[in-house]
Amino acid sequence: MSTRYTPDHEWVRLDGDTALIGISNYAQEQLGDIVFIELPETGKMLKKGDEFAVVESVKAASEVFAPIAGEVVETNDALTSDPEKVNASAEGDGWFLKLKLSDPGEFESLMDQEAYLAFLETI
Amino acid sequence: MSDPISDQTLRQTPLADLHRDLGGRMVPFAGFAMPLQFPSGILAEHNQVRSAAGLFDVSHMGQVSLVGDNVEAVAAALETVTPGNIIGLAPGRMRYTVLLGDDGGIIDDLMVTRPSPDNGERRLALVVNADRRDRDLAYLRQRLPGIDVKLHDDRALLALQGPQAAAALERHAAGASDLRFMASATFDCDGIACQVSRSGYTGEDGFEVSVAAAELVSVARALLDEAEIEPIGLGARDSLRLEAGLCLYGHDLNETTSPVEADLGFTIAKRRREEGGFAGAERILGELRDGPARLRVGLQLDGRAPAREGAEILDDAGRKVGIVTSGSFGPTAGVAIAMGYVEPSAAVSGTILTLKVRSRDLAATVVEMPFVPHRYHKKPA
Repeated sequence: MSTRYTPDHEWVRLDGDTALIGISNYAQEQLGDIVFIELPETGKMLKKGDEFAVVESVKAASEVFAPIAGEVVETNDALTSDPEKVNASAEGDGWFLKLKLSDPGEFESLMDQEAYLAFLETI
Repeated sequence: MSDPISDQTLRQTPLADLHRDLGGRMVPFAGFAMPLQFPSGILAEHNQVRSAAGLFDVSHMGQVSLVGDNVEAVAAALETVTPGNIIGLAPGRMRYTVLLGDDGGIIDDLMVTRPSPDNGERRLALVVNADRRDRDLAYLRQRLPGIDVKLHDDRALLALQGPQAAAALERHAAGASDLRFMASATFDCDGIACQVSRSGYTGEDGFEVSVAAAELVSVARALLDEAEIEPIGLGARDSLRLEAGLCLYGHDLNETTSPVEADLGFTIAKRRREEGGFAGAERILGELRDGPARLRVGLQLDGRAPAREGAEILDDAGRKVGIVTSGSFGPTAGVAIAMGYVEPSAAVSGTILTLKVRSRDLAATVVEMPFVPHRYHKKPA
């Protein structure tokens, strides 16, 4: 399984025609302690760039945008009671949702890890 | 994500380098570069202050002296623009008060101290909000003829807060732990002269320590060497004061809010209610008599999702009855909490209201503040 990233600091991990999606470790570091995450309903259709989640840190609310189009087939309900999982494991247990991809080809247009790490060096 | 801040345009406190050495994430605040948090994070810092002790750099706040022919004359002058019993302030005591405009709006909220020992002191000492400092200075100079309004830019200020603050401070400033809540005195702190008061902005027992700016780093380093004490940033300062039900100027207070609306009736002294004679007395005494148009209330939400400043407050009929002025997850409260202004009919404790957060409706109950009980060092009743 390979993981791709967006300039908005989301990650996408492809598995067949579905993908797990979350925010990067860099993003959770920037946000600080996360106290609440608002996730979409399953069945929701997302277009690339749609706001699909809101992450509340102690200090502020931040929107998360869909890195890729698809239908929400599962959300990480554990984040409702334990949003700090995202701080502890942003790119593992802290995943946000699973999408059934509308166009798996979009995945290839995202940055691979090497490109993302290089991108982080520039900001 | 936010851009790195341009330090050139921001003022630095004497601890700026120390904050950076400690890994502080610096943000602009009231024209200063201040630490939002340190590497342990806001939640850990919040819990540190509730369980042990934390050190805050509050040097951005304005330290001001009002100097006159005698302290009674200064107190009488200050009473013309505040509703407090300033004349009755005993030497070595301090009080929270509000600076009022002629329309009864709050220009700033501040601490006023009558210095002790009373060896011919002819002044009162104020600590004012950084954001309001220039406004306050201009207003005080305009409204207090014959009083010299001095800004002490050469002074800096630390806050040491938490249940273990007194024991830790005592090792450096012998006798400081004997101070009562809202008392102030000078102490020798490892050879450095400090003005120490038992006060703060967290709801916990604690102290504020005023020291010459040039000595600040050495005092801060000595305190941070204590095992109980960790550095605390602005993020935890905000969550702590919110749980304590304390107002933040520019959010919960502004020049349109009166002390009656802000539920700060305790700042309006009994004698002043009878005598009046302060800026805005007409409105304020009228609101005490007839009730204000709106009231600041505490709001406890049902879950962790916070409502932020600006969220609309609706009643059970869906009618807008107010607006949130501060809100966050309360780490000690364990739920999201907020304060805001509502119509008096909606201000009764136990009222269920709805907060509009994005597309969601969050249920909230009007509750008495503080959200987390104060633990001040008061004399047993």
